[in-house]
Amino acid sequence: MTARPISEDDLQAYVDDALSDDGRRHVSAYLSANPDVADRVRRLCEQRDQLRAAYAPILREPVPPELNLGRIVEASRRPSFASWRSMAAAVALLALGGGAGWIGRGVNQFPATGVLALAQEASQSFTTYASDHGRPVELRAADSAELVAWMSKRLNVKVTAPDLTASGYRFMGGRIVPTAHGPAGMFMYDDDHGQRLVMLMRRMASSGDAPMSEHEMGRIGGVAWARAGMGYSLVGDAAPKDIYPLADVIRAQTAKI
Amino acid sequence: MAVGKMSVMQDMMASVEPQIPGLRRYARALTGDVSSADDLVQDCLERVVSRWSQRRADGDVKSWLFTILHNLAVSQFRLAKRRGGHVAIEDASEDAVARAPSQEDGMRHRELVARLDALPDDQRDVILLVTIEGLSYAEAARVLDIPVGTVMSRLSRGRERLLRSISADEPAHSVTHLRSVK
Repeated sequence: MTARPISEDDLQAYVDDALSDDGRRHVSAYLSANPDVADRVRRLCEQRDQLRAAYAPILREPVPPELNLGRIVEASRRPSFASWRSMAAAVALLALGGGAGWIGRGVNQFPATGVLALAQEASQSFTTYASDHGRPVELRAADSAELVAWMSKRLNVKVTAPDLTASGYRFMGGRIVPTAHGPAGMFMYDDDHGQRLVMLMRRMASSGDAPMSEHEMGRIGGVAWARAGMGYSLVGDAAPKDIYPLADVIRAQTAKI
Repeated sequence: MAVGKMSVMQDMMASVEPQIPGLRRYARALTGDVSSADDLVQDCLERVVSRWSQRRADGDVKSWLFTILHNLAVSQFRLAKRRGGHVAIEDASEDAVARAPSQEDGMRHRELVARLDALPDDQRDVILLVTIEGLSYAEAARVLDIPVGTVMSRLSRGRERLLRSISADEPAHSVTHLRSVK
Protein backbone atom coordinates (compact mmCIF):
# COMPACT_ATOMS: atom_id res chain seq x y z
CA MET A 1 0.00 0.00 0.00
CA THR A 2 1.12 3.57 -0.54
CA ALA A 3 0.82 5.18 2.87
CA ARG A 4 0.70 8.93 3.24
CA PRO A 5 3.71 10.40 5.06
CA ILE A 6 3.67 10.67 8.84
CA SER A 7 3.34 14.26 10.08
CA GLU A 8 4.25 15.91 13.38
CA ASP A 9 0.51 16.25 14.01
CA ASP A 10 0.20 12.46 13.73
CA LEU A 11 2.88 12.02 16.38
CA GLN A 12 1.17 14.48 18.75
CA ALA A 13 -2.16 12.74 18.15
CA TYR A 14 -0.42 9.43 18.88
CA VAL A 15 0.72 10.82 22.24
CA ASP A 16 -2.82 12.05 22.94
CA ASP A 17 -4.42 8.81 21.79
CA ALA A 18 -6.47 10.85 19.35
CA LEU A 19 -5.89 8.67 16.27
CA SER A 20 -8.25 6.24 14.59
CA ASP A 21 -7.28 2.56 14.84
CA ASP A 22 -5.87 2.72 11.32
CA GLY A 23 -3.95 5.89 12.03
CA ARG A 24 -2.52 4.39 15.19
CA ARG A 25 -1.36 1.25 13.39
CA HIS A 26 0.16 3.42 10.69
CA VAL A 27 2.15 5.50 13.23
CA SER A 28 3.19 2.40 15.21
CA ALA A 29 4.63 0.83 12.06
CA TYR A 30 6.49 4.03 11.31
CA LEU A 31 7.91 4.20 14.85
CA SER A 32 9.20 0.63 14.73
CA ALA A 33 11.13 1.57 11.61
CA ASN A 34 12.45 4.84 13.06
CA PRO A 35 13.97 4.27 16.51
CA ASP A 36 15.09 7.92 16.97
CA VAL A 37 11.59 9.24 16.49
CA ALA A 38 10.25 6.38 18.60
CA ASP A 39 12.56 7.43 21.41
CA ARG A 40 11.30 10.99 21.25
CA VAL A 41 7.68 9.87 21.21
CA ARG A 42 8.35 7.59 24.17
CA ARG A 43 9.75 10.53 26.13
CA LEU A 44 6.75 12.65 25.15
CA CYS A 45 4.47 9.92 26.49
CA GLU A 46 6.45 9.75 29.74
CA GLN A 47 6.19 13.51 30.08
CA ARG A 48 2.44 13.28 29.50
CA ASP A 49 2.07 10.66 32.25
CA GLN A 50 4.20 12.66 34.69
CA LEU A 51 2.23 15.84 34.06
CA ARG A 52 -1.03 14.00 34.64
CA ALA A 53 0.32 12.47 37.84
CA ALA A 54 1.51 15.89 39.06
CA TYR A 55 -1.92 17.46 38.64
CA ALA A 56 -4.05 14.44 39.52
CA PRO A 57 -4.24 15.08 43.29
CA ILE A 58 -6.18 18.32 42.74
CA LEU A 59 -8.94 16.32 41.09
CA ARG A 60 -9.37 14.20 44.22
CA GLU A 61 -9.62 17.12 46.65
CA PRO A 62 -13.07 17.63 48.12
CA VAL A 63 -14.81 20.58 46.45
CA PRO A 64 -14.92 23.52 48.90
CA PRO A 65 -18.36 24.74 50.06
CA GLU A 66 -18.18 28.04 48.16
CA LEU A 67 -18.08 26.03 44.93
CA ASN A 68 -21.19 24.05 45.80
CA LEU A 69 -23.31 24.56 42.70
CA GLY A 70 -26.60 24.22 44.59
CA ARG A 71 -25.60 27.12 46.83
CA ILE A 72 -24.54 29.23 43.90
CA VAL A 73 -27.91 28.64 42.23
CA GLU A 74 -29.66 29.55 45.48
CA ALA A 75 -27.55 32.70 45.92
CA SER A 76 -28.32 33.79 42.36
CA ARG A 77 -32.02 33.90 43.30
CA ARG A 78 -31.49 36.15 46.30
CA PRO A 79 -30.94 39.89 46.03
CA SER A 80 -27.26 40.68 45.78
CA PHE A 81 -25.10 40.75 48.87
CA ALA A 82 -24.37 44.44 48.27
CA SER A 83 -28.02 45.42 48.41
CA TRP A 84 -28.56 43.23 51.46
CA ARG A 85 -25.66 44.97 53.14
CA SER A 86 -27.04 48.40 52.39
CA MET A 87 -30.44 47.31 53.70
CA ALA A 88 -28.76 46.12 56.89
CA ALA A 89 -26.98 49.46 57.12
CA ALA A 90 -30.30 51.27 56.74
CA VAL A 91 -31.87 49.20 59.49
CA ALA A 92 -28.89 49.83 61.76
CA LEU A 93 -29.00 53.53 61.02
CA LEU A 94 -32.73 53.75 61.70
CA ALA A 95 -32.35 51.80 64.94
CA LEU A 96 -29.54 54.12 66.01
CA GLY A 97 -31.54 57.17 64.94
CA GLY A 98 -34.68 55.99 66.75
CA GLY A 99 -32.82 55.21 69.96
CA ALA A 100 -30.99 58.51 70.05
CA GLY A 101 -33.87 60.59 68.79
CA TRP A 102 -32.01 61.31 65.55
CA ILE A 103 -34.49 59.86 63.20
CA GLY A 104 -34.70 62.97 61.06
CA ARG A 105 -30.97 62.99 60.55
CA GLY A 106 -30.95 59.26 59.76
CA VAL A 107 -33.57 59.66 57.09
CA ASN A 108 -31.67 62.55 55.58
CA GLN A 109 -28.59 60.41 55.17
CA PHE A 110 -30.38 57.35 53.90
CA PRO A 111 -31.77 56.21 51.54
CA ALA A 112 -29.99 57.69 48.58
CA THR A 113 -31.68 60.45 46.66
CA GLY A 114 -31.46 61.86 43.16
CA VAL A 115 -29.78 59.88 40.41
CA LEU A 116 -27.96 57.75 43.01
CA ALA A 117 -31.31 56.36 44.17
CA LEU A 118 -32.27 55.79 40.55
CA ALA A 119 -28.97 53.97 39.98
CA GLN A 120 -29.73 51.66 42.91
CA GLU A 121 -33.21 50.98 41.58
CA ALA A 122 -31.81 50.22 38.12
CA SER A 123 -29.26 47.80 39.62
CA GLN A 124 -32.03 46.06 41.56
CA SER A 125 -34.15 45.78 38.42
CA PHE A 126 -31.17 44.33 36.59
CA THR A 127 -30.55 41.80 39.37
CA THR A 128 -34.17 40.71 39.39
CA TYR A 129 -35.09 40.73 35.72
CA ALA A 130 -31.92 40.34 33.63
CA SER A 131 -31.23 36.98 35.28
CA ASP A 132 -34.78 35.82 34.60
CA HIS A 133 -34.57 33.32 31.77
CA GLY A 134 -38.27 32.59 31.41
CA ARG A 135 -39.83 36.05 31.45
CA PRO A 136 -37.30 38.86 31.69
CA VAL A 137 -39.78 41.36 30.24
CA GLU A 138 -43.53 41.60 30.53
CA LEU A 139 -44.08 43.00 27.04
CA ARG A 140 -41.70 41.90 24.31
CA ALA A 141 -40.19 44.03 21.56
CA ALA A 142 -42.92 42.78 19.19
CA ASP A 143 -45.44 44.57 21.41
CA SER A 144 -43.40 47.74 21.72
CA ALA A 145 -46.29 50.00 20.71
CA GLU A 146 -48.33 48.67 23.61
CA LEU A 147 -45.32 48.86 25.95
CA VAL A 148 -44.54 52.47 25.04
CA ALA A 149 -48.20 53.50 25.42
CA TRP A 150 -48.36 51.82 28.83
CA MET A 151 -45.17 53.49 30.02
CA SER A 152 -46.13 56.90 28.69
CA LYS A 153 -49.39 56.65 30.63
CA ARG A 154 -47.81 55.51 33.90
CA LEU A 155 -44.90 57.99 33.75
CA ASN A 156 -47.13 60.73 32.42
CA VAL A 157 -44.65 61.66 29.73
CA LYS A 158 -44.24 60.61 26.12
CA VAL A 159 -41.77 57.72 26.14
CA THR A 160 -39.97 56.06 23.23
CA ALA A 161 -37.73 53.01 23.51
CA PRO A 162 -34.09 53.97 22.91
CA ASP A 163 -32.50 52.13 19.98
CA LEU A 164 -29.09 50.49 20.58
CA THR A 165 -29.03 48.40 17.40
CA ALA A 166 -26.06 50.31 16.02
CA SER A 167 -24.12 49.37 19.17
CA GLY A 168 -24.97 45.68 18.79
CA TYR A 169 -27.79 45.49 21.36
CA ARG A 170 -31.26 44.31 20.45
CA PHE A 171 -34.34 45.68 22.15
CA MET A 172 -35.97 42.82 24.10
CA GLY A 173 -38.95 44.64 25.64
CA GLY A 174 -39.76 46.01 29.05
CA ARG A 175 -42.14 46.49 31.96
CA ILE A 176 -43.19 48.91 34.67
CA VAL A 177 -41.29 48.36 37.92
CA PRO A 178 -42.05 49.79 41.37
CA THR A 179 -39.58 52.08 43.13
CA ALA A 180 -39.70 54.07 46.36
CA HIS A 181 -40.14 57.11 44.13
CA GLY A 182 -43.06 55.83 42.09
CA PRO A 183 -43.39 53.73 38.93
CA ALA A 184 -40.41 53.47 36.59
CA GLY A 185 -40.13 52.18 33.04
CA MET A 186 -37.63 49.41 32.43
CA PHE A 187 -36.27 48.58 28.96
CA MET A 188 -34.07 45.53 28.39
CA TYR A 189 -31.53 44.85 25.63
CA ASP A 190 -29.21 41.99 24.76
CA ASP A 191 -26.34 41.35 22.37
CA ASP A 192 -25.30 38.26 20.40
CA HIS A 193 -23.49 36.85 23.43
CA GLY A 194 -26.60 37.09 25.58
CA GLN A 195 -25.19 40.00 27.60
CA ARG A 196 -28.12 42.00 28.90
CA LEU A 197 -28.51 45.68 29.67
CA VAL A 198 -31.30 47.37 31.58
CA MET A 199 -32.36 50.98 31.25
CA LEU A 200 -34.59 52.41 33.93
CA MET A 201 -36.34 55.75 33.63
CA ARG A 202 -38.69 57.65 35.93
CA ARG A 203 -39.69 61.12 37.01
CA MET A 204 -37.26 62.74 39.44
CA ALA A 205 -38.29 64.76 42.48
CA SER A 206 -36.64 67.86 41.09
CA SER A 207 -37.23 69.14 37.58
CA GLY A 208 -33.61 69.95 36.80
CA ASP A 209 -30.75 68.14 35.02
CA ALA A 210 -28.03 65.96 36.51
CA PRO A 211 -24.79 65.17 34.66
CA MET A 212 -23.95 61.61 33.64
CA SER A 213 -22.33 59.81 36.55
CA GLU A 214 -20.85 56.32 36.75
CA HIS A 215 -21.85 53.91 39.49
CA GLU A 216 -20.99 50.36 40.47
CA MET A 217 -22.78 47.98 42.85
CA GLY A 218 -21.11 44.61 43.16
CA ARG A 219 -20.63 43.36 39.62
CA ILE A 220 -23.26 45.67 38.20
CA GLY A 221 -21.98 48.86 36.66
CA GLY A 222 -23.93 51.72 35.18
CA VAL A 223 -24.33 55.34 34.25
CA ALA A 224 -27.14 57.57 35.51
CA TRP A 225 -28.25 61.07 34.59
CA ALA A 226 -31.30 63.33 34.60
CA ARG A 227 -32.68 65.70 32.04
CA ALA A 228 -35.65 68.01 32.44
CA GLY A 229 -36.95 66.13 35.47
CA MET A 230 -36.64 62.65 33.92
CA GLY A 231 -33.99 60.32 35.34
CA TYR A 232 -32.25 57.60 33.34
CA SER A 233 -29.91 54.83 34.41
CA LEU A 234 -28.33 52.25 32.12
CA VAL A 235 -26.83 49.23 33.93
CA GLY A 236 -25.28 45.90 33.05
CA ASP A 237 -22.78 43.24 34.12
CA ALA A 238 -19.86 45.40 32.98
CA ALA A 239 -17.59 48.21 34.11
CA PRO A 240 -19.25 51.65 34.08
CA LYS A 241 -16.69 52.92 31.56
CA ASP A 242 -17.87 50.26 29.09
CA ILE A 243 -21.49 51.27 29.59
CA TYR A 244 -20.78 54.97 29.20
CA PRO A 245 -20.69 55.04 25.36
CA LEU A 246 -24.04 53.20 25.25
CA ALA A 247 -25.53 55.61 27.78
CA ASP A 248 -24.32 58.43 25.55
CA VAL A 249 -26.25 56.97 22.61
CA ILE A 250 -29.40 56.80 24.74
CA ARG A 251 -28.91 60.31 26.05
CA ALA A 252 -28.63 61.66 22.52
CA GLN A 253 -31.89 59.91 21.62
CA THR A 254 -33.82 60.92 24.73
CA ALA A 255 -32.94 64.54 24.12
CA LYS A 256 -35.63 64.46 21.48
CA ILE A 257 -38.34 63.17 23.83
CA MET B 1 -43.39 27.21 34.29
CA ALA B 2 -42.00 26.41 37.74
CA VAL B 3 -41.57 22.79 36.72
CA GLY B 4 -39.83 23.82 33.50
CA LYS B 5 -37.44 26.05 35.37
CA MET B 6 -36.71 23.30 37.88
CA SER B 7 -35.75 20.81 35.20
CA VAL B 8 -33.57 23.41 33.45
CA MET B 9 -31.69 23.85 36.74
CA GLN B 10 -31.41 20.09 37.27
CA ASP B 11 -30.13 19.72 33.74
CA MET B 12 -27.54 22.42 34.42
CA MET B 13 -26.45 20.83 37.71
CA ALA B 14 -26.10 17.41 36.10
CA SER B 15 -23.93 18.77 33.28
CA VAL B 16 -21.82 21.23 35.24
CA GLU B 17 -21.19 19.61 38.61
CA PRO B 18 -18.99 16.75 37.33
CA GLN B 19 -16.73 19.34 35.66
CA ILE B 20 -15.98 21.34 38.81
CA PRO B 21 -12.88 19.34 39.90
CA GLY B 22 -11.37 19.79 36.42
CA LEU B 23 -12.17 23.51 36.43
CA ARG B 24 -10.47 23.82 39.82
CA ARG B 25 -7.42 22.03 38.49
CA TYR B 26 -7.13 24.21 35.38
CA ALA B 27 -7.59 27.36 37.47
CA ARG B 28 -4.94 26.13 39.94
CA ALA B 29 -2.51 25.44 37.11
CA LEU B 30 -3.10 28.92 35.67
CA THR B 31 -2.85 30.84 38.93
CA GLY B 32 -0.59 28.60 40.99
CA ASP B 33 -2.57 29.51 44.09
CA VAL B 34 -5.45 27.69 45.79
CA SER B 35 -7.54 30.64 46.87
CA SER B 36 -7.28 32.76 43.74
CA ALA B 37 -7.99 29.64 41.68
CA ASP B 38 -11.14 28.84 43.65
CA ASP B 39 -12.22 32.49 43.44
CA LEU B 40 -11.90 32.23 39.67
CA VAL B 41 -13.94 29.02 39.60
CA GLN B 42 -16.60 30.62 41.78
CA ASP B 43 -16.82 33.58 39.40
CA CYS B 44 -17.01 31.14 36.53
CA LEU B 45 -19.82 29.12 38.11
CA GLU B 46 -21.81 32.26 38.93
CA ARG B 47 -21.65 33.22 35.27
CA VAL B 48 -22.54 29.70 34.21
CA VAL B 49 -25.65 29.76 36.42
CA SER B 50 -26.80 33.15 35.15
CA ARG B 51 -26.06 32.44 31.48
CA TRP B 52 -27.02 28.79 31.24
CA SER B 53 -30.12 29.38 29.15
CA GLN B 54 -28.25 31.80 26.89
CA ARG B 55 -25.57 29.36 25.80
CA ARG B 56 -25.80 27.85 22.34
CA ALA B 57 -27.90 24.73 22.67
CA ASP B 58 -25.71 22.79 20.23
CA GLY B 59 -22.42 23.76 21.87
CA ASP B 60 -20.76 21.29 24.22
CA VAL B 61 -20.80 22.13 27.90
CA LYS B 62 -17.20 21.27 28.74
CA SER B 63 -15.58 23.65 26.27
CA TRP B 64 -18.13 26.35 27.16
CA LEU B 65 -17.17 26.05 30.86
CA PHE B 66 -13.45 26.12 30.16
CA THR B 67 -13.89 29.08 27.80
CA ILE B 68 -15.58 31.13 30.52
CA LEU B 69 -12.92 30.14 33.07
CA HIS B 70 -10.05 30.80 30.69
CA ASN B 71 -11.36 34.23 29.73
CA LEU B 72 -11.88 35.17 33.37
CA ALA B 73 -8.35 34.06 34.18
CA VAL B 74 -6.91 36.04 31.31
CA SER B 75 -8.80 39.21 32.19
CA GLN B 76 -8.37 39.01 35.98
CA PHE B 77 -5.26 37.12 36.87
CA ARG B 78 -2.91 37.99 34.06
CA LEU B 79 -3.97 41.61 34.22
CA ALA B 80 -3.13 41.68 37.92
CA LYS B 81 0.21 40.10 37.17
CA ARG B 82 0.95 42.67 34.51
CA ARG B 83 0.22 45.40 37.02
CA GLY B 84 3.16 44.18 39.07
CA GLY B 85 1.90 41.25 41.06
CA HIS B 86 4.18 38.72 39.40
CA VAL B 87 4.45 35.55 41.44
CA ALA B 88 7.83 33.90 41.59
CA ILE B 89 7.77 30.32 40.42
CA GLU B 90 9.20 29.05 43.70
CA ASP B 91 6.21 30.52 45.54
CA ALA B 92 3.67 29.77 42.87
CA SER B 93 4.43 26.10 42.46
CA GLU B 94 4.16 25.45 46.19
CA ASP B 95 0.38 25.47 45.93
CA ALA B 96 0.04 24.48 42.32
CA VAL B 97 0.53 20.81 43.04
CA ALA B 98 -1.44 19.30 45.82
CA ARG B 99 0.10 16.78 48.18
CA ALA B 100 1.78 13.99 46.25
CA PRO B 101 1.89 10.43 47.56
CA SER B 102 5.54 10.70 48.56
CA GLN B 103 7.96 13.50 49.23
CA GLU B 104 10.13 12.40 46.34
CA ASP B 105 7.15 12.46 43.97
CA GLY B 106 6.19 15.81 45.39
CA MET B 107 9.57 17.32 44.55
CA ARG B 108 9.60 15.83 41.09
CA HIS B 109 6.08 17.07 40.42
CA ARG B 110 6.84 20.55 41.66
CA GLU B 111 9.88 20.70 39.42
CA LEU B 112 7.82 19.63 36.42
CA VAL B 113 5.06 22.12 37.21
CA ALA B 114 7.63 24.89 37.57
CA ARG B 115 9.08 24.05 34.17
CA LEU B 116 5.63 23.91 32.59
CA ASP B 117 4.87 27.25 34.20
CA ALA B 118 8.00 28.71 32.63
CA LEU B 119 6.73 28.01 29.10
CA PRO B 120 5.09 30.83 27.17
CA ASP B 121 1.44 31.07 28.28
CA ASP B 122 0.01 30.08 24.91
CA GLN B 123 2.00 26.83 24.82
CA ARG B 124 1.34 26.03 28.45
CA ASP B 125 -2.44 26.61 28.12
CA VAL B 126 -2.69 24.16 25.23
CA ILE B 127 -0.72 21.49 27.12
CA LEU B 128 -2.94 21.95 30.18
CA LEU B 129 -6.18 21.72 28.23
CA VAL B 130 -5.19 18.76 26.07
CA THR B 131 -2.90 16.70 28.29
CA ILE B 132 -4.30 17.40 31.74
CA GLU B 133 -7.96 18.21 31.11
CA GLY B 134 -8.33 15.79 28.21
CA LEU B 135 -10.01 18.23 25.80
CA SER B 136 -9.99 17.27 22.14
CA TYR B 137 -7.99 19.49 19.78
CA ALA B 138 -11.24 20.99 18.49
CA GLU B 139 -12.44 21.73 22.04
CA ALA B 140 -9.13 23.34 23.00
CA ALA B 141 -9.33 25.44 19.84
CA ARG B 142 -12.79 26.66 20.87
CA VAL B 143 -11.67 27.50 24.41
CA LEU B 144 -8.68 29.49 23.22
CA ASP B 145 -10.48 30.89 20.17
CA ILE B 146 -7.71 29.79 17.79
CA PRO B 147 -7.64 27.44 14.77
CA VAL B 148 -7.01 23.73 15.39
CA GLY B 149 -3.76 24.01 13.42
CA THR B 150 -2.51 26.57 15.93
CA VAL B 151 -3.42 24.22 18.80
CA MET B 152 -1.31 21.52 17.13
CA SER B 153 1.72 23.72 16.56
CA ARG B 154 1.63 25.16 20.09
CA LEU B 155 1.30 21.67 21.50
CA SER B 156 4.26 20.41 19.53
CA ARG B 157 6.47 23.39 20.35
CA GLY B 158 5.48 23.45 24.01
CA ARG B 159 6.10 19.75 24.54
CA GLU B 160 9.44 19.89 22.77
CA ARG B 161 10.52 22.85 24.84
CA LEU B 162 9.46 21.13 28.04
CA LEU B 163 11.47 18.02 27.10
CA ARG B 164 14.53 20.12 26.39
CA SER B 165 14.10 22.07 29.61
CA ILE B 166 14.05 18.82 31.59
CA SER B 167 16.98 17.18 29.81
CA ALA B 168 19.01 20.39 30.09
CA ASP B 169 18.69 19.67 33.82
CA GLU B 170 19.05 23.18 35.03
CA PRO B 171 17.14 24.53 38.00
CA ALA B 172 13.69 25.70 36.98
CA HIS B 173 14.03 29.21 38.35
CA SER B 174 16.89 29.98 35.97
CA VAL B 175 14.34 29.94 33.16
CA THR B 176 11.89 32.12 35.06
CA HIS B 177 10.72 35.02 33.02
CA LEU B 178 7.74 37.30 32.88
CA ARG B 179 5.25 35.71 30.59
CA SER B 180 3.70 37.60 27.79
CA VAL B 181 0.10 38.59 28.20
CA LYS B 182 -2.18 37.96 25.27
